[in-house]
Amino acid sequence: MDFHNLSLKEQLQGLKKGSFSSTELTSHYLERIEKYDDELNSFISITAERALIQAQNSDERYANNQAYGLDGIPLAHKDIFCTKDVLTTCGSKMLHNFVSPYSSTVYEKLDAQGMVMLGKTNMDEFAMGSSNETSYFGPVKNPWNKEYVPGGSSGGSAACVAANLTPVATATDTGGSIRQPASLCGLTGIKPTYGRVSRYGMIAFASSLDQGGVLAKSAEDAALILEAMSGYDPKDSTSLNVKHIDFQTNLNESIKNLNIGLPKEFFDAELPPYLQKSIQESVDVYKHLGANIVEISLPNINLSLPIYYIIAPAECSANLSRYDGVRYGYRCKNPKDIDDLFMRTREEGFGSEVKRRILIGTYALSAGYYDAYYLKAQKCRQLVANDFTEAFKKVDVILSPTTPGTAFKSGEKTSDPVEMYLQDIFTIPANLAGLPALSIPCGEHEGLPLGLQLVGNSLQESTLLQFAQAFQSNTDWHKKLPNI
Amino acid sequence: MSDYLKNWEAVIGLEIHVQLSTNSKLFSGASTNFGALPNTQACNIDLALPGVLPVLNEEVLKMAIKLGKALNANINSPTSFARKNYFYPDSPKGYQISQMDKPIVEKGYLDIEVEGVKKRIGVTRAHLEEDAGKSLHDDFEGQSGIDLNRAGTPLLEIVSEPEINTPQEAVAYLKSIHSIIRYLEISDGNMAEGSMRCDANVSVRRKGDEELGTRTETKNVNSFRFVEKAIQYEIERQIHELESGNLIVQETRLYDSQQNITRPMRSKEFANDYRYFPEPDLLPIKLEKDFIDEVISTMPEMPEQKRERFISEYNLSSYDADLLALDKDLADFFEEVSKVSGSPKLSANWIMGDLSAQLNNENLNIKDSKISSKKLGELIIRINDGTISGKIAKDVFEKIWISGGEVDETIQKEGLEQVTNFDEIESMIDKVIQSNPEQHSQYKAGKDRLFGFFVGQVMKASEGKANPKQVNDILKEKLEK
Repeated sequence: MDFHNLSLKEQLQGLKKGSFSSTELTSHYLERIEKYDDELNSFISITAERALIQAQNSDERYANNQAYGLDGIPLAHKDIFCTKDVLTTCGSKMLHNFVSPYSSTVYEKLDAQGMVMLGKTNMDEFAMGSSNETSYFGPVKNPWNKEYVPGGSSGGSAACVAANLTPVATATDTGGSIRQPASLCGLTGIKPTYGRVSRYGMIAFASSLDQGGVLAKSAEDAALILEAMSGYDPKDSTSLNVKHIDFQTNLNESIKNLNIGLPKEFFDAELPPYLQKSIQESVDVYKHLGANIVEISLPNINLSLPIYYIIAPAECSANLSRYDGVRYGYRCKNPKDIDDLFMRTREEGFGSEVKRRILIGTYALSAGYYDAYYLKAQKCRQLVANDFTEAFKKVDVILSPTTPGTAFKSGEKTSDPVEMYLQDIFTIPANLAGLPALSIPCGEHEGLPLGLQLVGNSLQESTLLQFAQAFQSNTDWHKKLPNI
Repeated sequence: MSDYLKNWEAVIGLEIHVQLSTNSKLFSGASTNFGALPNTQACNIDLALPGVLPVLNEEVLKMAIKLGKALNANINSPTSFARKNYFYPDSPKGYQISQMDKPIVEKGYLDIEVEGVKKRIGVTRAHLEEDAGKSLHDDFEGQSGIDLNRAGTPLLEIVSEPEINTPQEAVAYLKSIHSIIRYLEISDGNMAEGSMRCDANVSVRRKGDEELGTRTETKNVNSFRFVEKAIQYEIERQIHELESGNLIVQETRLYDSQQNITRPMRSKEFANDYRYFPEPDLLPIKLEKDFIDEVISTMPEMPEQKRERFISEYNLSSYDADLLALDKDLADFFEEVSKVSGSPKLSANWIMGDLSAQLNNENLNIKDSKISSKKLGELIIRINDGTISGKIAKDVFEKIWISGGEVDETIQKEGLEQVTNFDEIESMIDKVIQSNPEQHSQYKAGKDRLFGFFVGQVMKASEGKANPKQVNDILKEKLEK
């Protein structure tokens, strides 16, 4: 049976009715991983044995009528979420041997719902990259065309969902790491409001920007999993203490008379004609559904990329200081003294993109430069956030492309970091302002998918998902999957 | 004071690290107990595992607010944390969570007194930060051991203005801070165990100079006496250097108490750039006025207030009040004794006299006193009601100290009650006069000095138990006859 053509709700129904077992479902995906992942390289660890035990336990719970909300549904976790007794590498040589002694809150929450972990997915090293080419465990291939990148940093999660190696995967987004791979792999990817999903046990890149989320095949699937992941966590002091979390009740409500903002700054950018066309067609779909289209302005939005490339490296330069070879992870051989241990461990354990960002961040925080770079960037960040606050007085969501184009070829941008950084030009602003944003498939060009981004006001994930659902109820782009 | 100070003036600022006596660490739930096996009190957060996050222990906010109030300082709201970046093996995150721009306590002061002269010392700030672990260099055959039990223990760093000018003032200031933190019960203040540590910034300049001299920072000074000696040494060293035409190097120095010198720490080629920036894992903390007021309402009376009250309520001298109020336990003991005895002045004398001497002899704290405040109070009652003389009371005190017995029982058992029976005293006096006819004649001839001789003889005959006032009265009458 082609379980992978079922939605999560359909899979749950099948499990509840006893049409099939979690063991069967899990085995199906494990077989597909076995068959296809050698080439895609979307997993760093495949936890087959553990998954089958979890599936068996789930089957027993169904038999005893004690099943949890998402019981028996398989998923893959981005290898940035610490998982007790399982290798957790963050895509780095630095943690190539790190078996976590504890689990992240995200893992715990989904585990408590009875979900079955198939494995840990590949990613750019420490989530720094937009093509999944910086992973110590090798690049991930885009299932749509294996000469192309799947995007990053959650490229492994995106590729394995797109290739139906798992029904759904967790991911993280610091500047676009969920939405950009969603766009490049034809998926629905959502990054919620900063503070919705606990960061405890999610290995930090840039603490004030990092946020966990989901890569799925539809808004409906994404809503289901995001709801289970979200919630206040006393272990994360930046977690939002919002009691009522409901991403599903309004999912199918009409968007009639709601307002969509089109920021003129995004559309002034030189977009490829195929992208302009797809976006226009998407806007027409929404118009047809009764939404109002409003032109808006986000006057400081062009500052986003430079702000991001000060703040994210600054925070990462401190966050990554703990990888010193003293307590866990990689340690250089035969250190002469403590300085040699620190320097050679970090020299040998980090890849070049990580080092580049640590250097940029260290520089930006240095005495004499702090005011000019870090402090100024924080002030500008507030300007960008204010732009959104103004805009959301007029509109319910803000629409734009997710990425400047379709996936690019492997190796095409690796030698030009700035070119690579431009991949995130549309996605970064939502991270700076801490706002929820998602990407849904909205077209295709030369056999590669295209994504549409919607940014919502703070805590308005349900509105975003409602817009995504409305689109997906009237289009088929999300149903198209690569032929692997 | 030595000659050299005629032409020179020292400028001293102190940075005092106080380990707060919370049950758990500043940002984790691990225990803060002293002396556990290495790394048994370090949890995932203290080990800085990938993905862990700090959560503030709110108890420290209350402690800091109390200290701020006691230092007459402002409490900042919001107060915020910052990361101080540096690599060191016992600093597991590679940064220390501290406070930079918005320390919880700012702009306070403390009044000190040295040799009768009062002086106000400004307190620049007091901020919260986490302690580091410890590196152990013995027993590891060419490697070092790291013990992270102490990592994450909450510290308050109290920074003074450079308004201290002598080692004696520095010690008075330090003792005053020590007294405050003990009063507030926010730290045990044990300098030997490192729960209170003091770094001294010292510079010297010629008297009358406006500009400050180059300063050094002396670390590792772990007793009041050493603070005084280390600063004294550093002042003399700097003056000697300058008078010899040398310059002072801005550096960190360590105090060596064995040799009573300071010496430079391993010099670093580059100054540390700590690259402070706001801690993104902790949001700024807003301290509501109600919360602050509630915390302040739980504060005990502070040494300064207590001192004033002792003077006005008990009529103590300023000297007595000072000594008693400095230590909260001692002050409490005094008030208990005073309440039982109804005689504050005598209570103060006994506590600072015989009791302090005994405690010092046996190196005990007031809390470990072998005679309770109640017993000492009862002893003083027996002096006041004439049961025993002050002199006999000293014997009773010593006996109880050793035996742990009750006051009245001891007096009775040892037959130490004062003789107040008129007839008994009269008969003793008669005997003494009879046995010393020559002295009696001389006295009557006008040699008044001999009165003391007769008192002594009577007291001797009574084994010290005769009531001295009665002896005086009766003797005077008899001798005149």
